[in-house]
Amino acid sequence: MAAKIMDFDKALELFEPVLGFEVHVELNTKTKMFSDAPNSFGREPNTDLAPVDLGLPGSMPVVNGQAVEYSISLGLALGCSIAASSRFARKNYFYPDLGKNYQISQYDEPIAYEGQVEVELEDGTLFQVPIERAHMEEDAGKLTHVGGAAGRIQGAEYSLVDYNRAGVPLVEIVTKPIFGAEHNAPELGAAYVRTIRDIVRALGISDARMERGNIRCDANVSLRPRGQEKLGTRTETKNVNSMRSVERAVRYEIQRQAAILADGGTITQETRHWHEDTGVTSPGRPKSDADDYRYFPEPDLLPVVPSLELIEELRAALPEPPAARRRRLKAEWGFADIEFQGVVNAGLLDEVEATIAAGATPTAARKWWMSEISRLANADGREPAELVTPGQVAELQKLVDAGTLTDKLARQVLEGMVAGEGTPQEIVDARGLAVVSDDGALIAAIDEALQAQPDVLAKIKDGKVQAAGAIIGAVMKAMRGQADAARVRELILERAAQ
Amino acid sequence: MSDIIRLTAAELADKLAAGEVSSVEATQAHLDRIAAVDGDVHAFLHVNEKALDAAADIDRRRAAGEQLGPIAGVPLAVKDVLVTTDMPSTSGSKILEGYMSPFDATVVARSRAAGLVPLGKTNMDEFAMGSSTEHSAYGPTHNPWDLERIPGGSGGGSAAAVAAFEAPLALGSDTGGSIRQPAHVTGTVGMKPTYGGVSRYGAIALASSLDQVGPVTRTVLDAGLLHDVIGGHDPHDSTSLTDAWPSFADAAREGAGGDVLKGLKVGVVKELPDSGFQAGVAESFRASLDVLQAHGAEIVEISAPHFEYGVAAYYLILPAEASSNLAKFDSVRFGMRVDLNGGTVEDVMAATRDAGFGDEVKRRIILGTYALSAGYYDAYYGSAQKVRTLIQQDFTNAFAEVDVIATPSAPTTAFKLGEKIGDPLQMYLNDLTTIPANLAGVPGISIPSGLASDDGLPVGIQFLAPAREDARLYRVGAALEAALVDSWGGPLLDRAPVLGGAR
Repeated sequence: MAAKIMDFDKALELFEPVLGFEVHVELNTKTKMFSDAPNSFGREPNTDLAPVDLGLPGSMPVVNGQAVEYSISLGLALGCSIAASSRFARKNYFYPDLGKNYQISQYDEPIAYEGQVEVELEDGTLFQVPIERAHMEEDAGKLTHVGGAAGRIQGAEYSLVDYNRAGVPLVEIVTKPIFGAEHNAPELGAAYVRTIRDIVRALGISDARMERGNIRCDANVSLRPRGQEKLGTRTETKNVNSMRSVERAVRYEIQRQAAILADGGTITQETRHWHEDTGVTSPGRPKSDADDYRYFPEPDLLPVVPSLELIEELRAALPEPPAARRRRLKAEWGFADIEFQGVVNAGLLDEVEATIAAGATPTAARKWWMSEISRLANADGREPAELVTPGQVAELQKLVDAGTLTDKLARQVLEGMVAGEGTPQEIVDARGLAVVSDDGALIAAIDEALQAQPDVLAKIKDGKVQAAGAIIGAVMKAMRGQADAARVRELILERAAQ
Repeated sequence: MSDIIRLTAAELADKLAAGEVSSVEATQAHLDRIAAVDGDVHAFLHVNEKALDAAADIDRRRAAGEQLGPIAGVPLAVKDVLVTTDMPSTSGSKILEGYMSPFDATVVARSRAAGLVPLGKTNMDEFAMGSSTEHSAYGPTHNPWDLERIPGGSGGGSAAAVAAFEAPLALGSDTGGSIRQPAHVTGTVGMKPTYGGVSRYGAIALASSLDQVGPVTRTVLDAGLLHDVIGGHDPHDSTSLTDAWPSFADAAREGAGGDVLKGLKVGVVKELPDSGFQAGVAESFRASLDVLQAHGAEIVEISAPHFEYGVAAYYLILPAEASSNLAKFDSVRFGMRVDLNGGTVEDVMAATRDAGFGDEVKRRIILGTYALSAGYYDAYYGSAQKVRTLIQQDFTNAFAEVDVIATPSAPTTAFKLGEKIGDPLQMYLNDLTTIPANLAGVPGISIPSGLASDDGLPVGIQFLAPAREDARLYRVGAALEAALVDSWGGPLLDRAPVLGGAR
């Protein structure tokens, strides 16, 4: 299976990589693209269906207006022009996951065309990715192949089909050929997909969960010898569904193609499968420009003609572009590169921003989300944002700032919050976790500790102030941690001086 | 023969409203008629066992004082292309034998809501492909005027049912003439509304950009009454128009009673010379024009130079769309399945489609697949769409000069069963005069113009109007109908032979 590959640097020396991406984004509309069946995930197979999703005789598609608006917003966010009139077409091919045996998609008249997306690489380099088009289409059903190796259709005994996904609205974003990425080509793939994810998240038009297939990427790679004008033959690696995989797949294809070309071989134009486990691609079906889907305009639907008012309304409502927003936030928060990138990579930018907006300092907000909350989420296999809200985190931090809680107590309160015990204050009250601020109780505990450790008392009296640590430890233990160590220290020095 | 079945829908509706006849009685009379003659005619593929229940429900509601629609309680025959929840819907194909739809076509739902009583499903050419109903997988329908002859197609079942007094009203669908040409050969009225005027939701698609559902009846008024029930915007059909439509029944009444022919400009297409038609058809057409003229209409020769390319363009657009529309019949989710031992899903799909589709369907799927293929698209589908635009321009130009266009509804009277079955091109030419309306989306109506002098069989005259001017066709059609029936001394169908006498 494993093909011969060339060292990456060597490959880049000999060839220029040219990339192209087709990214499918599932929209999170209430209903499907062409029916009123719920657009759901993870439900009992074949339950969220309308006649048109199954291609039942006499059924007809009706365009989901919400999906059109989402698509326009996405087109605008990608810097595209929005077509005054765009049209659906039928892409005809027989496949059992396709209820009608044609897919309704936009073909020669997409809703959005000619855009550009700014992609930021890890070292801060900005790269402009040219967008050819973004068009609307419907998803197919889901096939599960049973009885063969690796769940593939080859060798399967039978296949099950779930049409719940059939008709889920998709936008397919197609780039133009991307030149000039050079050594950054693999990273650019990942960064591009991350940018698309950030954009659709900011727009709120997709759940954007790559592991659920909300965003799926096909990566096109071709190489041309240095100095050659003509583009090389490309391969299309299908369904590379994590950012890391995109990076690895692009890198692998560059190395594989370079090895073939350097040996005087030729690249076969084909689709390829990405194997996450082995980190290689393998041939899928041959793909040629002669693939004949017999496209023709969908006669059951009228052209999509959005009003200029709608387009302008959606344009005015666009969120700040992710890259620009990141630049702004980083400056506002004063984070170091590594701190800020950590937040971005953890996907916690929104949460940190909202926590700061709710009153926490940037440092405190980052600390909570990146350490304790992430740790708890990780242990539970959940997303940090599912555990607590930014408002709760800010409230918790307020209790710390007010001296009601120590960091250690605050972590206990956080656990209570995650367990659903209520607001931070409610948990403090219920668990009796507040710092003991009654000097009388502290002094009693201090006096007891000093009496128990006369040698330490003597040292303190001698001016060896650091010896107070042992007394602090004893007092904190007696207070079960619910004391402000700084205040305890102050009191110890006072008592020792008496 | 019971008097009830001879009544028009309008007359029957009056008697129902007056309490002179119950819907159960009317429905029973038609069921009896079906039992008596349908063995010969074979208009029905399925007779509704629940028809009397539906009729009894209407009677009950009427008795309870409920305000019912104008034709509530009148029986209705439904072309099998329309899906129904309580009867199988096969579209005349083996591949859908016994298929039960989980939803009603909008026109069926509206008919039920209006209190019409579905009598059953009528025969048709498989997937509405044909002009004779001989391509039905369930055997041909016979023309009540001469059982040896075709009843037209694809909606021969609906037209024959109405002509044979098995139903006063029927629903049809018209992609290239499937309502109007059967009306022509059976002495009945058939109306193809403006494209988008009646919902296509639940009509098993043949060619989506051409298909239109419409009424098949014995009088123009009855067609208007049924059209009022089924027409209007449907959110399930994106191509349905949002227009507020006038009452077509009122338009028909106005036409029958008033002077609508006075000063009416009737266009006659120069490029459709009499020589292109059977002598008896051309003669009947000319006689109708004379009647129109006698009532004050002005006959104007117009030019529609692109009509002659209509059939050629139609037989590219229709198969192209049909090849895609019929792809869903693959055995995976519904319908017939040919089980193969150990075959792949592709093998099963192919075997099912091979066994389930008839020759004409396969012929058109192959034609359409070819016409859409890369490298041929521009030459075939693309060119055909250009012809379509030119035909639309012909209509626009013509309607700048005239109010309606008149043509014979078809080139010949009913031909013999089997006569053209082996010659698809001859069969396709039957739709010569009806196809342009589908290509342009304009409405067309065929009403009886008399019997051909050469063979004594019914002939129809077709009127065409600009898109959205369906009401104009009801006015003009009803006016000519009134004049002709007056001149004949009674409806044309009174002269049809008696059926089922021995039964």
